[in-house]
Amino acid sequence: MSQLAFLSGNEAVAEAVRLCRPKVVAAYPITPQTVVVEALAGMVESGRLESEFVHVESEHSALALVMGAAATGVRTFTATSSQGLLYMAECLYYASGGRFPLVMMNANRALALPWNIYGDQSDSLALISAGWIQAYAETAQESLDMIIQAYAVAEDPAVRTPVLVNLDGFVLTHTYEAVSLPEPSEVDDFLPPPVFPDDYPGTFDLARPQSLAITAGPGDYAVFKARQHWAMCQAAKHIRTTAHAFRAAFGRGCTGLVEGYRSEDAEFILITLGSTAGTVRVVIDELRASGQSVGLIRLRYLRPFPTDELNDALFGAERTVAVRALGVLEKDISFGHQGSVALEVKAALYDRGAGVPVRNFVAGLGGQDVSRAHLADCFTELAATLDTAARVASGVRFVGLKDLVDDHDQEPA
Amino acid sequence: MITIKNLPEPEYFVGHKACGGCGGSLVVRWTLKVLGERCIAVIPAGCMSAVGFIYPQMALGVNAMIAPFAATGAVLSGVARGLKARGIEDVTVVGFAGDGATADIGLQALSGAFDRRERMLYICYDNEAYMNTGIQKSGATPFGARTTTSPGGYRPETDAPKKDLIRIAAAHGIPYAATASVGYANDFLKKVQKAAQVEGPSFLHVFAPCPTGWGCDADSTVRLGKSVVDTGLWPLVEWENGAVRLNRNPARFAPLETYTGEQARFRRLTAADLADLEATRDRQWRALRAWVRESAGM
Repeated sequence: MSQLAFLSGNEAVAEAVRLCRPKVVAAYPITPQTVVVEALAGMVESGRLESEFVHVESEHSALALVMGAAATGVRTFTATSSQGLLYMAECLYYASGGRFPLVMMNANRALALPWNIYGDQSDSLALISAGWIQAYAETAQESLDMIIQAYAVAEDPAVRTPVLVNLDGFVLTHTYEAVSLPEPSEVDDFLPPPVFPDDYPGTFDLARPQSLAITAGPGDYAVFKARQHWAMCQAAKHIRTTAHAFRAAFGRGCTGLVEGYRSEDAEFILITLGSTAGTVRVVIDELRASGQSVGLIRLRYLRPFPTDELNDALFGAERTVAVRALGVLEKDISFGHQGSVALEVKAALYDRGAGVPVRNFVAGLGGQDVSRAHLADCFTELAATLDTAARVASGVRFVGLKDLVDDHDQEPA
Repeated sequence: MITIKNLPEPEYFVGHKACGGCGGSLVVRWTLKVLGERCIAVIPAGCMSAVGFIYPQMALGVNAMIAPFAATGAVLSGVARGLKARGIEDVTVVGFAGDGATADIGLQALSGAFDRRERMLYICYDNEAYMNTGIQKSGATPFGARTTTSPGGYRPETDAPKKDLIRIAAAHGIPYAATASVGYANDFLKKVQKAAQVEGPSFLHVFAPCPTGWGCDADSTVRLGKSVVDTGLWPLVEWENGAVRLNRNPARFAPLETYTGEQARFRRLTAADLADLEATRDRQWRALRAWVRESAGM
């Protein structure tokens, strides 16, 4: 029987990792992830987790070390954030190219400069093309569930693609909620064993020596990369079947890569990711009460990008009302263009969503508070796009910036 | 005891694309003959990975992987811990990294692995520059050597230009560290056997000539590997459980020109440069002998 525990997002991740029984854990501290490796250290010391717990000297070494361990055919874990994620950037591409089935947690945090330890999504979005499946949790419960499912997906021989599970820094990593904690035996039944079978591809073999992490010239390289891309695209199917299996076993959880909230009959929809979705739900309920036609679509995975699911949610047969305008709300800006998520969404809509205006709302950079009033303003602006003059407006809206800047700090005309 | 005369027949590094006379490839080949098939080799970006893993022609006959350039020590650690977690105890985990991968970009990861007492054998094959990228100065390039980034000959700010890796290793308190040279094969092979038996990290810093990078004949590798020792420029040293030993302690050294004269990279050295080099060598030997006495408690 599962039990209810009062856990932060970080603690929920650590509990999930304990239940998944990785054989090697690489630990390096960085705010706001540190609680995870602290909790795991305690579990190893107390014997609740049997694992090689390795104090590494950097994040680069953390990811390199779990690659080496995975090459021997064992489940691993490490966690990072922000500067640490970027410091291991080289190893992210390396791990996905080598098809090491790793799972890593990232506490989404702003990037220096200026130094800032608070939450935003610039770190993981900077590495969206690194070949890792990218999941974004909304709650501590979903964090725990995503970690468990991440191992099932990553280690599936047809996928063999690493998974990055993202939690918004502080807002999710340090916020407590009641979390349903499975029994170890339930997770043992759900996951394959943490020591891979001898014939698991891409691992060393003492009977038939293997060369891993190899070199490929201009001809072969492109083939390896195309295969990597196809496996990532196929992963969407495995994410869904894994989520269905999880739901059957544990009785909870989304089964799609996107999740709607009051969106099927909404004319104005905010698309967002991570913990901000919780505030958006509250605002939608308030605006609905005053008769506004608003809804939410939450992106649970950004890689593989759920193009079909998103289009179906926005334009599919299930809809009762046509979408009139979309907003993409994210804690990121790709300087000189727009937010990375807006660019992703717009690319995905290009074939089917022509004519629906899309606004990009950048909010919450470096832990900036995203209030209900800010989100209500976003919906107001979406409604204003029906005015033909506003319809073609492009560019980025920095939500709440007016409250923070002086007259000299406005966007140049 | 395995010596050059009774080296095991099986080859574990064949069909690679290293240059003629490559000292680094000799280090890999001989070491794997000593260690045998039950080993896992980690090789970072550099010559040995560039010539040994070109799909689909794999040159390694043992399990092997390329590590990110900076991460040899970390990947070795991961392999060692994975094996430990699986309860596999009879497999040697060995790293082969160049001087740039060891003394420069990989020093942090190596230090961490030493500090954690990882069960690994780390071998630095030292050809005194970044050879895979085309002969650029590294932290192990000696005084006066021409590289493409020190075209007039490297002129260091200090009189101890090469990073002293053996002392760096010893300072971590690891159980076994030694220098060796491909010119003195039996000494090297003996040290590989010792290093592989050690519980915890061991470190070999092996002098490995590079005819392509040094401008010398392809058949001069072993000769230069001897003369660098005989001239006193590459002391053969062993650090074992806190004590340092000189494997060769000559009363007199061979003239430096017997070593430098064979290499185009030293062509610009003047008589005054050679006198400086000699003075530096003598200072280093005094320090080395003092270290030996100190470690012996004398």
